[in-house]
Amino acid sequence: MSTKGLEIGVGIFVALGLAALLMLAMKVSNLAESTGEHGYEIKARFDNIGGLKVRSPVTMAGVRIGRVSAIAFDGETYEAVVSMSIRPEYDRLPLDTSASIFTAGLLGEQYIGLEAGGEDRYLGDQDEIKLTQSAVVLEQVIGQFLYNRASEGGGG
Amino acid sequence: MIGVLRKLGRWGLRSFERLGRGHIFFLHVLTGTPALLPRYRLVVAQMWAIGVLSLLIIIVSGTFVGMVLGLQGYNTLVDFGAEESLGVVVAKSLTRELGPVIAALLFAGRAGSALTAEIGLMKATEQLDGMEMMAVDPLRRVVAPRFLAGMLSMPLLAAIFTAVGVVGGYFVGVGLLGVDDGAFWSQMQAKVELRDDIINGVLIKSLVFGVVVTWIAVFEGYDAVPTSEGVSAATTRTVVNSSLAVLALDFVLTALMFNQ
Repeated sequence: MSTKGLEIGVGIFVALGLAALLMLAMKVSNLAESTGEHGYEIKARFDNIGGLKVRSPVTMAGVRIGRVSAIAFDGETYEAVVSMSIRPEYDRLPLDTSASIFTAGLLGEQYIGLEAGGEDRYLGDQDEIKLTQSAVVLEQVIGQFLYNRASEGGGG
Repeated sequence: MIGVLRKLGRWGLRSFERLGRGHIFFLHVLTGTPALLPRYRLVVAQMWAIGVLSLLIIIVSGTFVGMVLGLQGYNTLVDFGAEESLGVVVAKSLTRELGPVIAALLFAGRAGSALTAEIGLMKATEQLDGMEMMAVDPLRRVVAPRFLAGMLSMPLLAAIFTAVGVVGGYFVGVGLLGVDDGAFWSQMQAKVELRDDIINGVLIKSLVFGVVVTWIAVFEGYDAVPTSEGVSAATTRTVVNSSLAVLALDFVLTALMFNQ
């Protein structure tokens, strides 16, 4: 095997391998999203976060504008404190934005949906969202449904 | 009765001795690797023999594994109405597990056995002894280039396997089974993480597997009994031991990396 042909062959092999890695990084993974995730942090308190996890998406009007960065428990008020990292370009969230926990699709990945309020002052770094709605817990909904049916049947 | 116990003890002591010899060997090879920097032609020649000549089996196997994943994934997901997630299934299975592991198993079978046979034959025909008499360290001249070449080729081969597998899954899913083209790629890009799946799975796992498989292959060849039977037994041991090591390490690495 001539040295030159051998070296060309190995060079092509290495180039192929790196191209494959590049293709995996670019086309298969969410590289475009994962770069530039340094945003500003806002907090929100919930009674029940259900199945929300760190890195769950935070959306507004269906568009992902950030991610959940940390979940903590407040031992005094017995609430969950969720910290969200919002992309820096979305810096005009009104002070009375409301945060609710929804479920996406059948397989149940939960996310936080924000809805804008009407205030003309905006949330900044480390601010807190005051209006929140907790996750829907199936057992509570069923329990409430049965209780309603029972009270209807008893009263009516 | 006593004879059985003695044999057991002898076998145990021999195993420990081999284990120790293997690790001392590994240390010597590692210390001999920096000397290869000015003599990269040796490494390049070995990368041809180990890496480039394995490309055919890696590419063909990768394509077929990806295609099977696409087919089986579709059959299962269609029951839940979730066939649009086929891209996620194919990509995650390949990058996290199947890519590095199957590429390592194929590598062990093809390149590992070739390495063992080559070095074992060099030992049997006394070429290694001849080198030592010429004051050429066979560990640095023969073993270290092969070790470095194997370690460098493995991640590249795993990446090629994974990429070709994803494309194979694409052809079966979108081409044959009618999954939506946009949904295939967009769901995959949303769910597959660069750091968690690709760097952890394809790069780190395959690097570890490359080191282990090449180390076992080279050591078995160097430690073979210098007869034709000995070389054949060493080649078998390489394939078996490196396959077992790859699968066991895969479990350990998966538990370390992908635990919630």
